[in-house]
Amino acid sequence: MDDKKKDIKMRVNEGLDQGTVLFNVPFPKDLQKLDEMAPIIIKQPYQIDYIHSYGQDSPFFAGLANKVFLGTKCTKCGKVFPTPRKSCAVCGSPCEWLEMPKEARLHSFTVCHFGSESFLKETPYILALIEFDGADTLFLGRLVGVDPLKPSLDWIGMKLKMKFRRLSQFSPTDVYFLPAD
Amino acid sequence: MRKVYVVAGGVSKFAKARPDKTFTGLVREAYQEILDDLDMEAPQLNELIDSSVTSYFSDHFQRQLMAGIMGQDYLGLIPKPSHRVEGGGATGGICFQEAYKEVASGDADITLAFGFEYMSHVATWKGNEFIALASDVSFDYPVGGFYSGYYAMMVVRHMKEFGTTPEQMAHVSVKNHRNAYYNPYSQKPMKIGIQDVRNAPMVAWPLTRLDICTMSDGAAALLLVSEEGLEKLEKATGKTLPKVYVRAIGRGTDAMRLADRPHQTFDEFYKFNALESEKTSEAKAYYKELFEKGFKYPGVHSFRAGRMASKQAYERAGITDPAKEIDFVELHDAYTSSEIQTYEDMGLCYYGQGGPFAASGKAFLPNVEYGLTLPEKSQVPVNPSGGLIACGHPVGASGLMQGVFALWQLQHSIEKHFNNNKLQVPNAKTGAIHSHAGTGTYVTVSILQRED
Repeated sequence: MDDKKKDIKMRVNEGLDQGTVLFNVPFPKDLQKLDEMAPIIIKQPYQIDYIHSYGQDSPFFAGLANKVFLGTKCTKCGKVFPTPRKSCAVCGSPCEWLEMPKEARLHSFTVCHFGSESFLKETPYILALIEFDGADTLFLGRLVGVDPLKPSLDWIGMKLKMKFRRLSQFSPTDVYFLPAD
Repeated sequence: MRKVYVVAGGVSKFAKARPDKTFTGLVREAYQEILDDLDMEAPQLNELIDSSVTSYFSDHFQRQLMAGIMGQDYLGLIPKPSHRVEGGGATGGICFQEAYKEVASGDADITLAFGFEYMSHVATWKGNEFIALASDVSFDYPVGGFYSGYYAMMVVRHMKEFGTTPEQMAHVSVKNHRNAYYNPYSQKPMKIGIQDVRNAPMVAWPLTRLDICTMSDGAAALLLVSEEGLEKLEKATGKTLPKVYVRAIGRGTDAMRLADRPHQTFDEFYKFNALESEKTSEAKAYYKELFEKGFKYPGVHSFRAGRMASKQAYERAGITDPAKEIDFVELHDAYTSSEIQTYEDMGLCYYGQGGPFAASGKAFLPNVEYGLTLPEKSQVPVNPSGGLIACGHPVGASGLMQGVFALWQLQHSIEKHFNNNKLQVPNAKTGAIHSHAGTGTYVTVSILQRED
């Protein structure tokens, strides 16, 4: 009986770091005035680890860890995708792996002075669309080795070489680009 | 398909944050405008409504799954049929089209489309992270996922291909912020000049803070009806309602990853993507020269989805010269650059001419003073409401907001709703609304027509 009484204790939200105990919340005697009340705003933290599988795209990341840049090629129409995809965007047929050339060119770029929260500390950083000889589409990567504070349209077409991060993080940024010359 | 009329619409006040209401409260606020417009009480209209379609973009922003049904029950529309649609930035435009289909198919006579977004749950840069999750999380997001960065790369290529300038883009910012000055629903009415845009903090080169829309809390709603539905409403209200109908809808798609966009040839462009207005010998000669210089379509500088949506809508509507046959456009200007790119997709000018078109004055309103020297007269005002840049962009509501403002233009009731007539497009008969997702992944174009 005594144990059951203990259970009556309010045990709501103990596992959540949410809300704050507020004192003196104004409360009118006249209930008609409740609609004039200022909104109560609370903080609700939310954090999560996602378990993400690269699935059929995994060989690309294994390639980067071994200093090999893999793209795919459609087995039917022959389109070459440097951002690999095992199903062709043009005709829907299966694609097979192939190694991309080591040299590339800059197709377009921007300098990010702000970014999503996770990237704010890296600003200013350069996002670049990379083109390869013999490929039909592009690859999104990071460009280094140019001054982010002096962007120029003349950069477009620039020959680039690729570098691989020594300690692989199994991210597309395991490869990055810099001017070839 | 049955004829579908758009009879009334409502927009909540858009703001950076609306802590005074939850999202359901914002939906109710937009719905109240429909009730006021029709001079009806909720029980009376609720009884007549057969179904609803609801839209919101992000479960991350909302942090409330199944939020659509909460709007439905808050309005008192349970237990009628309803479903939620989602398609990134085009969520509202898709909602409009799905509501159209509910009525056109004969499934409903009176359908309510309502959409909302509550983005102030998180800080701006976390919000940018949520939005960037609408890019491939294996290949795009980890590289520096940031939508303004993606759009900047697209326009940098546009600049390289066509000589488009940041000053031309700034014209769009000046226009839309100034238009919004006369729109009491807008979030960011501003009287600014070209240099103000260029001097604003750089976000992603060459886009500054004034080239980019902001995040918002807000809701919008539209009522779509069949001929029978219209009769029921007219009987209930005892009023003759202004007749605006959906003349055609169109939709297109493209690859999620910007990097995956194809680079087609002249022949492929003409086979798959060219509009009627681009099939004249003069247009073909222009494009021949462009492709000979190395132009590829759509690449990253053009939105094929927007083109295909326009093409489908125009073909269904029988529009062959959009710049002449459409009186105004409310388009998805999340960025000044994307407004310029969209002029081209929608055939208001040829590909490559969007920059000069932006600065020409053709997309400006005739009765607004912009403080700019514009060489040409108003031809097809674009974003007379102020667009997303200045009205705000509560994603799931934006495409419906465009529908509401377009409806009021075609009803010639801007003065009634805005308390001034500045933004009324004179004699507006045909309007287009354009809603756009991702880096151009889903795009909807709907043509609204005032009945003579």
